Amino acid sequence: MTEPVLSLRNVHKSFGPVEVLHGVDLDIRAGEVLALIGENGAGKSTAMKCLAGYQPASSGRILLDGEEVSFASLHEGEAAGIVLIHQEFNLAEQLTVEQNIFLGRELRRGLLLDKAEMRRRSREYLARVKCRVDPDTPVSKLSNSDKQMVEIAKALGRDARVLIMDEPTAVLTNAEAAILFEQVEALRATGTAIVFTSHKLGEVKQIADRVSVMRDGMVVQTAPVQDMSEDQMATAMVGRDVSDLYPAKAEVAADAPVLLRVDGLDVPGFAEGVSFALRAGEILGIAGLVGSGRTEAMEGLCGLRIARADRTEIAGQSVQIRKPSDALRHRLCYLTEDRKLRGLLLDKGMRENLTLQALARFGGLLIDQKAEDAALTRAIREFDIRAGRRDVRVGNLSGGNQQKLLLAKVMQSEPQILIVDEPTRGIDIGTKQQIYAFLSDLAASGHGIVVISSEMQEIIGLANRVLVMRQGRIAGELAGEAITEEAIVRHAVGVGADPKERAA
Amino acid sequence: MASETVNMPERRRKLPSMSVLGPVIALLVLVAIGAMMNPNFLGAGNITNVLARSAFIGIIAVGMTFVITAGGLDLSVGSMAAFIAGLMILVMNAALPVLGVGVPIILLGMATALIAGLLAGLLNGFLITTLGIEAFIVTLGTMGIYRSLVTWLADGGTLSLDFGLRTFYRPVYFDGILGVSWPIIVFALVVIIGEVVMSRARFGRHCAATGSSEHVAHYSNVNVNRTRLATYAMLGVLVGVATIMYVPRLGSASASTGVLWELEAIAAVIIGGTVLKGGFGRVWGTVIGVLILSLIDNILNLTDLVSPYLNGAIQGVIIILAVILQREAKAKG
Ligand SMILES: Nc1ncnc2c1ncn2[C@@H]1O[C@H](COP(=O)(O)OP(=O)(O)OP(=O)(O)O)[C@@H](O)[C@H]1O
Ligand SMILES: [Mg+2]
Repeated sequence: MTEPVLSLRNVHKSFGPVEVLHGVDLDIRAGEVLALIGENGAGKSTAMKCLAGYQPASSGRILLDGEEVSFASLHEGEAAGIVLIHQEFNLAEQLTVEQNIFLGRELRRGLLLDKAEMRRRSREYLARVKCRVDPDTPVSKLSNSDKQMVEIAKALGRDARVLIMDEPTAVLTNAEAAILFEQVEALRATGTAIVFTSHKLGEVKQIADRVSVMRDGMVVQTAPVQDMSEDQMATAMVGRDVSDLYPAKAEVAADAPVLLRVDGLDVPGFAEGVSFALRAGEILGIAGLVGSGRTEAMEGLCGLRIARADRTEIAGQSVQIRKPSDALRHRLCYLTEDRKLRGLLLDKGMRENLTLQALARFGGLLIDQKAEDAALTRAIREFDIRAGRRDVRVGNLSGGNQQKLLLAKVMQSEPQILIVDEPTRGIDIGTKQQIYAFLSDLAASGHGIVVISSEMQEIIGLANRVLVMRQGRIAGELAGEAITEEAIVRHAVGVGADPKERAA
Repeated sequence: MASETVNMPERRRKLPSMSVLGPVIALLVLVAIGAMMNPNFLGAGNITNVLARSAFIGIIAVGMTFVITAGGLDLSVGSMAAFIAGLMILVMNAALPVLGVGVPIILLGMATALIAGLLAGLLNGFLITTLGIEAFIVTLGTMGIYRSLVTWLADGGTLSLDFGLRTFYRPVYFDGILGVSWPIIVFALVVIIGEVVMSRARFGRHCAATGSSEHVAHYSNVNVNRTRLATYAMLGVLVGVATIMYVPRLGSASASTGVLWELEAIAAVIIGGTVLKGGFGRVWGTVIGVLILSLIDNILNLTDLVSPYLNGAIQGVIIILAVILQREAKAKG
C-alpha cells in the first residue's frame, strides 16, 4: 500500500472550553478517494479544516509526505498543494466567476493582468464541470448549485495534490453530482488524493475507495468501501439501525378537508399558472430540476416575493397573501432552502434565531426571555440539536445542526400548512429519519405539508402525491403507485409525458 | 514543536469580554485622571456641567444607536438640529404677538420641534427604504439641505429668540428637580427607555435582525423597510427633543449650530460597542461613549497638560482603539 500523502495523528481541536476533536487519526493516499462520514457535529468539517491548514489543531500532528508540518494559513496549505472546498461557500459574492477562479493567484503578463489567458482557462475549467455560466457573471447572481460548480472549477485550476471537499454534493442535483464524480475519477487516475464528506451514502458507496466513520470527534472505523454496505455505514455513524428510513405512508382520507387551494399563481419571471390543492393530512411533493421555479412559486405563494394568484383559499376561505405576515396569520409557513442567506442570522445565538419569526408569541410589548429560553430547551430536545454550548454563535454550529435549528424556528409559528424546501439538506441519515417521522406525524395530526426536494428518494419515500414542475409550470402530477423515479424524471425534463397526466 | 505553540491556554473565564469591559475601563480611567488633575473635577458643579452638555449629543446618539444597529446611518442630525432650532425660534417669535409669553407658546415651540424632527426623520427613512437610496448619500444630501436652510432662514446671521421669551424658557435648560437639571433628566429617561427597547422589546430585536441580515429578517417575518423607517423617524424625534433642551441654553440658532454633532453621535455609538455595519447595538454602551467624549473635552479644558485644541486628535485615537477592540472580540468570540 502506498504511503499516505497527508495524515492526521492524534489531532485534538477545541473551541473555547469545548473540545470537538478528541484525537483524530486519518490517512489520505494518492490516487485514492476517502469518504469521511459521520453524524452532524461529529467533527468532519473541523477535521478537514485542520487538514487544510484552515484552522490550527489544538494539539496533535499533521504529516505531509511523512514530514510534520504546521500550516500558518490556508495559503501555506495551498502552496503545499492542498485545496479545501468549504461546506459553506467561500466565494467573493461581488466578484465575477472568473475573478473568483483566479482569486489570489491572478495571472500576469508583466505588470498587467493577463485577461485573455485567464478567460481561456476559466472557460476550460468551467467546461470540465459542464457549467454553463458566463465567466463575467457576478457570483451573487448564481444559484447555489452553480456556485458549487464554480468552487469545483476553481479547485481544478489549482492543480491540487490533495483535494478536500466538504459536502460538495449537498446543493447539487444528481446530474451535477455525476459530473463532479467524473472529474473526481479523472483526478484520482492522475494520482490526486481526494477526501470528501457526504450524507448521501449511495454516493459514498459509488465513488469512494475507503470510508472513515467519525463519531463524537473520533474516527471509530476505517474500512475499504466494498467491506461496508450502506446500512452498515449508517449504523456505524448513528449507532443504531436506520434501514427503514421512511415512515409508512398514511392514506389521506377521501373526505379530508382541503387546507390550501391555489389557482393560477404567477410569479413573474419564474412560474406561471401554478394551481394545486392540499388536503389535511397530505404530504404533497414538488419535484423538478433546480431552476424549474419550485422555490420561487412557493415563495410567491407565501408573500416572500412579488406574485399574484387568481385565487388562494386557505381552509375554504379566500385570502390575499401579499407579505410574509399575511401567510403567517393564516398559519402558512415556509422553510427556506438557503439556511445561510435566508434562514439564520449566523452572527446571533440560537435563542434569537429560534424565536425571530414568531416573536409576537413570546411576550407582549417586551420579550419574555424566560419563555424564549424554555422554547430553546424544548427545541434542542425535540430536534436533537447538538451545540457545544447553548450560547454558541449559530454560524459555528455544524451544517446539519443549523438545519435542525431552522426547522425548529419555523415550527415556532405553529403552522397549519408547512412548506419545506430541501428540508434535509446536509442532515445525517439518523436525523433524516427523525425529520421524516416528524413530518409524517405532523401530517397525521391533520396538517398539510408540501415538500420540495431535489432528492428523488425523499419525494418518493414521503409524498402521497407529487407535482413535477418544469420551466415554471406544473408539468405533471403523480399519485400513489405512479410515483416513480422514472416518471418524475420524464415530467421534469419534458420528454414523453403522457398528456392525460398534465394538470390543467 | 510548532503545534505546541498553537495550543493556546483557555482564556475564556466567566469575565465579560473586552468589548464590554473596554469602554467601561476607559471611562473609569478618564474619571481617575480627571480627579487627580483637578480637585474640582468630581465636584457637583462640574459633574452637572459635563452631564448636561452630554445630554444633547447623548439623546441623539441613543437614536443613532438604533439606526446603526438596523444597518443604517444618519449624517444629517447636526444640521437637522440647527434647522429645527431655527424653525422653533421663528415659530415662537411669530406666535408671540398672539400667544404672549407663557406656557402655551413654549408648548407650541416644543410641538414644532417634535413634529419637524419626525417629518425630517421620515423623509430620510422614506428616501432610504422606499426609494432604496444609500443611507450615506441620502443623509449627506439632507445634511447639506438643512444646513443651508438654517443659514438662509437666519440670512447668514443668527436667529434669536425674543428676549422675554428667552428669560421665560431658560429654566428648561438651567432648572430641574432636586438639583438635577432637565436635560439630564430627559437624557436619563431616553436612555432607560432606549435600553429597554433595544434589549427587551420586539422592535430592538427586529432592528438587530435587519442590520444583521436583511434577507434573513425578511424571511423571518420582519418588515425590514418599516423597521428601518421607524429607526430614522425615532432619531428625528430625538433630535427634536435634544433641540428643545438646546434652544433655551443660548436662545439662538445660526449656521454653526450643531456642527459636527453627527460625527460625535456616531463616534459615541461606535465607542460604546455598537457595530458600525449593523446587527448589534447597545444603548448603555452609547451612553458610556458619550461620557467618554465629553470627559476628554472636560479634562482638557480643566487642566493645562495638553492643549484643548488636541481634543479632536484624542477622540480620534479613542474611536480607532474602540474599533480594534471590537474586532478582537469578534475574532475570539
Ligand atoms: N468556530 C467554532 N466555534 C465553536 N464551535 C464550533 C466551531 N466550529 C465548529 N464547532 C463545533 O464543533 C462541532 C463539530 O462541528 P463540525 O462542523 O466539524 O461537524 P460536521 O461533522 O461537519 O457536521 P455536519 O455534518 O453537520 O456538517 C460542532 O458541535 C460545532 O458546533
Ligand atoms: Mg460539516
